[in-house]
Amino acid sequence: MTAFWQLVARDLAIAWREGGAIGITLGFYLIVVAMLPLGLGPDLNLLSRIAPGVLWVALLLAALLSLGRLFETDYEDGSLEVLATGPLPLEAVAAAKSLAHWITTGVPLTVLAPVVGLLLNLPPEGYGVLVATMLAGTPAISFIGAIGAALTLRARRGGVLLALLMLPLFVPTLTFGISSVGAALLGTEAFAPSFMILVAISLASIVLAPLAAAAALRFQLQ
Amino acid sequence: MAMQTLTQRFANPTRFMALAARLLPWASALAAALIAVGLYMAFFTAPPDYQQGHTAKIMYVHVPAAWLSMFIYALIAASSFGLLVFRHPLADVSAKAAAPIGAVFTFLCLVTGSLWGKPMWGAFWAWDPRLTSVLILFFLYLGLIALRSSIEDEQLAGNLTAILAVVGIVILPIIRFSVDWNSIHQQPSVSRIGMPAIHPSILWPLLVMAVGMTVLFAALHLKAMRNEILRRRLKTLRMAEVQTASGLAQPAE
Repeated sequence: MTAFWQLVARDLAIAWREGGAIGITLGFYLIVVAMLPLGLGPDLNLLSRIAPGVLWVALLLAALLSLGRLFETDYEDGSLEVLATGPLPLEAVAAAKSLAHWITTGVPLTVLAPVVGLLLNLPPEGYGVLVATMLAGTPAISFIGAIGAALTLRARRGGVLLALLMLPLFVPTLTFGISSVGAALLGTEAFAPSFMILVAISLASIVLAPLAAAAALRFQLQ
Repeated sequence: MAMQTLTQRFANPTRFMALAARLLPWASALAAALIAVGLYMAFFTAPPDYQQGHTAKIMYVHVPAAWLSMFIYALIAASSFGLLVFRHPLADVSAKAAAPIGAVFTFLCLVTGSLWGKPMWGAFWAWDPRLTSVLILFFLYLGLIALRSSIEDEQLAGNLTAILAVVGIVILPIIRFSVDWNSIHQQPSVSRIGMPAIHPSILWPLLVMAVGMTVLFAALHLKAMRNEILRRRLKTLRMAEVQTASGLAQPAE
């Protein structure tokens, strides 16, 4: 278990010292959301109605941006092979790296989301729900995304391919994330079931996705 | 030898090639006959719908294509499982050959569905859960094809695509149950427990078409698998030729 947390701490330290990557992700998020009113026109009612969907879709795109590099640097400098031969099973390595990705991408994006929500005239009662659903849903993005990152490690045009492979698998997370925010804004009782399914998707992907990611990494390292 | 199972017996590509060569003409002829009969029944014996008129006849293509789009994905996932777990030599060939065919049937399902949707629902595309989940299935097929084509090493490509196919199987139950979530798409009416909810004059042509298109898929799949095996043999022969040629050019000292 210590090896697991050490790996998480190492990835966090690398992300912190690199610095740029988190900033770029957040900047991308801000830009994507800011572009939309430019295209749709500053109709505040329309914007506040579509805000949950826009915030979620932009978050997904911003998270995809950094997912491609989840295993790439470790693969290039050979530390992935060291990790694979080390005491930690590859499943735990995949889980640790996904967790670190969630902490460095999912959490900052979630924190930024309410601020960006201001741009879209999100109703005040929506902020708490937005943060809650994003905290519940972003682990699924990082953990399922790790499968894609592992699959496209040695592929040509890996980044675009990652988006093509992963976006279909993110659809359930996305729809339940958006529908729970929407339900909460309308004040309907549909919030609880949507939110619980979202949490279930996240929990299931935390358990199952590292298995698939590790299987893909084993083939990549052969 | 007597204890060999069927899958083990056809693990030998040569035996599979011989069997496929023998089955192929029969499967093709059967598919052509069934589809011809099915289309004749659909156009001339099945009554037009009392509300939808002749538009409802799109169903005889749409429903078999939809059923095949899911069946083929299940077949790919099963083949992938066979590759990952049992290392069956034909599993990868089967998964690779089925993916483009599956994508075409899914596309056919989407196109016929949207042509049917325009007069019935007033829009080509209604963003209904069932439509969306079939569209996602289509993207998944594209993902399988794209991932395979973007990796140089064929064996690695096969293994990784198999993992993606197995992961993607979660989408099938979503499609199956998507009509239960406030969908405007109709509920299942053929596979209901007990009596189907359709009149035999419509059910029969539908079943003939479904069987015909499934046999068509089987024929296409066998042909594609044969092609893939031949392509792999050719590649091995070429590699061997290049190796002998380079061995001649640079003799060992």
